[in-house]
Amino acid sequence: MKKTFSIRGMHCASCVRVLERSLKKVDGVSEAVVNLATEKATVSFDPQKVSNQILQSAVANVGYKAIVKDENNHEDEEQKEKGKELKALKIKVIVALGLGALILWGSFPLIMETAPAILQNFFVQFLLAIPVQFWAGFAFYQATIPALRNRTANMDTLVALGTTVAFSYSAFVTLFPKVVEMAGIEPMPYFDVSTIIIGLILLGRYFEARAKMGTSQAIKKLIGLAAKTARIIRDNKEIDIAIDQVQIGDIIRVRPGEKIPVDGVIIEGESAIDESMITGESIPVDKKSGDSVIGATINKSGTFLYKAKKVGEETMLAQIIKLVQDAQGSKAPIQRLADVISSYFVPVVIMLAITTFVVWYVFGGDSAFLFALLNMIAVLIIACPCAMGLATPTAIMVGTGKGAESGILIKDAESLETAQKIGTVVFDKTGTLTKGKPEVTDVVSIQGSKLNTQSLLQIAASIEKGSEHSLAEAIVKKAEDEKITFEKTTGFRAIAGHGVEGKIGKNKVLFGNRKLMEREKITYKEYEDKIAVLEEEGKTVMLLAINKQLAGLIAVADTLKDSAKSGIKALRDMGIEAVMITGDNERTAKAIAHAVGIERIFAEVLPEQKEKIVKDLQVGKNKVAFVGDGINDAPALAASDVGIAMGTGTDVAIEAAGITLVNKNLASVAAAIKLSKQTMKTIRLNLFWAFGYNVILIPVAAGVLYPVFGLLLNPIFASFAMAMSSISVVLNSLLLRKIKLVI
Amino acid sequence: MSVDKILVITVGLIGIAFTYWFFFMKKEEMVTVTDSVDVLVKGGYSPSTISIPKGKTTKITFIRKDPSSCLEEVVLSDFKIRKYLPMNEKVAIEITPKEAGEFDFTCGMNMFHGKIIVK
Repeated sequence: MKKTFSIRGMHCASCVRVLERSLKKVDGVSEAVVNLATEKATVSFDPQKVSNQILQSAVANVGYKAIVKDENNHEDEEQKEKGKELKALKIKVIVALGLGALILWGSFPLIMETAPAILQNFFVQFLLAIPVQFWAGFAFYQATIPALRNRTANMDTLVALGTTVAFSYSAFVTLFPKVVEMAGIEPMPYFDVSTIIIGLILLGRYFEARAKMGTSQAIKKLIGLAAKTARIIRDNKEIDIAIDQVQIGDIIRVRPGEKIPVDGVIIEGESAIDESMITGESIPVDKKSGDSVIGATINKSGTFLYKAKKVGEETMLAQIIKLVQDAQGSKAPIQRLADVISSYFVPVVIMLAITTFVVWYVFGGDSAFLFALLNMIAVLIIACPCAMGLATPTAIMVGTGKGAESGILIKDAESLETAQKIGTVVFDKTGTLTKGKPEVTDVVSIQGSKLNTQSLLQIAASIEKGSEHSLAEAIVKKAEDEKITFEKTTGFRAIAGHGVEGKIGKNKVLFGNRKLMEREKITYKEYEDKIAVLEEEGKTVMLLAINKQLAGLIAVADTLKDSAKSGIKALRDMGIEAVMITGDNERTAKAIAHAVGIERIFAEVLPEQKEKIVKDLQVGKNKVAFVGDGINDAPALAASDVGIAMGTGTDVAIEAAGITLVNKNLASVAAAIKLSKQTMKTIRLNLFWAFGYNVILIPVAAGVLYPVFGLLLNPIFASFAMAMSSISVVLNSLLLRKIKLVI
Repeated sequence: MSVDKILVITVGLIGIAFTYWFFFMKKEEMVTVTDSVDVLVKGGYSPSTISIPKGKTTKITFIRKDPSSCLEEVVLSDFKIRKYLPMNEKVAIEITPKEAGEFDFTCGMNMFHGKIIVK
């Protein structure tokens, strides 16, 4: 275990050595690094042998003061507090059920004969029931009283009411049996009912709390991923500092097997990096100088130096945690009905309980009072609003967490809910289906043009130098690779969806697609065959004209992502249509679509038309997802029912996207939809169970089956059913963790 | 019908009417806030209705004094916030509403409700 803590009273470099020596001498400490600049010590130690106090005294022995605190992490604190609560709850459950069992033994027909006489004594039962009612069950009163003061009610109100009625009546019967007898009622207490109900409901709460801790496990895992320290180079020295001390621009050394502390760019060395914890991609990625690395991923093989680019809240991990937390706090539209019902639930149940009492009292015949009393208690106890309240959020928490583990980041519950209904997925071609790194494949000189391929490339590259288009980059890169010098360009202008124009010397240069040539009335028809051949190979052909004369053709091709074909197939298997949208012409688009198995394409689409196409596809109830890189296609992402952004770099919070795929794997699109379908299935099952449970069992508890079947529900069984209903909802949500999102 | 039955019916009807009046007909106490407000979490939220200005950041500090597990989380779903509230500790939430309207906040199990009115 590694810990960083502050040290007070340091003033020189010798203090550092003294402190380090003292700390290293402690049995169980393997490494101690003290930093004068930050006044902090970082110690690696065996937590079995070394405690905070031992570290503190080691520092005090040499005349300094150590401020050793346990990680002041909110999650840790929450965990600790929950742990404490659970422990206290467990004791209460054991006491309540233990005493309850004794009372039950002494009072339940059939078994009571086997019980010692003392347990059959009503006064003894009364004494045993008191601690259960007012100590174990104290929490119910503690919650009920302030709630009633605010004129609201909850689950605890029902339990407090139900058990108080049972307990008070029993106490009355025990203390004044004659009065009860005079009223024609057999003086029989029901301490077993009040105690066992409290015991079982607390037991249910105990299991529910334990299961609920599992629903937020994904977030805890993510928080746990962060590195604790970083080895940075300052003044030519390597020092270990706490992660929160790292600043942008720091040079950090990472050795094999170490965690990369923050996001940055490699400046020296190379290595294979395991990014599975962030992207879900199991194969390590090779990285070299110039490549970006993500904090919290693990360096597998080499040693390298990198420059910190993002720290603190800006890192990809911090953004992911924020995104998942946000999603878990958001509300799914499906929850609305449950919301409305639960806001009326408890008062309505109280009214039903009163009605139950009145109806049984009036029509119950012999021993009407006892029937009325027990059935009223059963109604109060069996009603379970908790299950309704837990049905949706627990599933959303587990579902979004599960997604994050596989590199699928869901922005809010609404996106998760909509994703299951998607009928059409529109893929942007460049950078989504393809790697987005096009390369020049052919340079064709036109007969009659005096320019050779080198000169053509020189002119095209010179004019494209100012452009940011991905095709332009390919041409500039090709020219650089061939060591071609660039010429000075004037009057550069990009014409969206067409190409570029500019001047080199006195020559006016146009470089772009057919549309540009047609616009400028430049003839190219005689080369249409040549263009067609290139396009059928899936290449994008650009035409170069000098002084209104066609001079050459340059073809560029972008390689398909490895996951493109399988990703599209996975969608097709789910019965979802895949559509491709591209600025390329029809022929190139068809060639690419054919290669990945897409049948429907929209070619020669200008960037601003993407949004309209998405809207056109949303006919009737068809839900459309748009998959893009999130940079150039924000309007289309926003217009679609679910915008899916393929993560680029370390930015995950893409505003217009409902889902961000950090792993760049196209199979994740189908995986995200699958996750949505499974989560919604779980929610529907949870809601069905939670609603059905209350709708069916409340009337049963009220005794509606009695006139026909002679069936009544003992309040003890009611409490058992009620405890089970919340637990089953949470456990059902936890089952989501088991689904396989094959990527 | 015997007297006791008539009595039980009468008391029952009064009980139902009282329950209805007690829970459903209460007047919300509304507090108008300009920059920050403390909300006590004890058997619900008080104040339970908070009026805040549009476009301005408002700090809402929750302090939970109620051990009921129901109230251990506060959820402002419209602002995508779900926060754990440790007992007796102040937990501040900052929101900057961009739209006017009424937004609910609830406990984790959706049993207790409060309202933020953005004007």
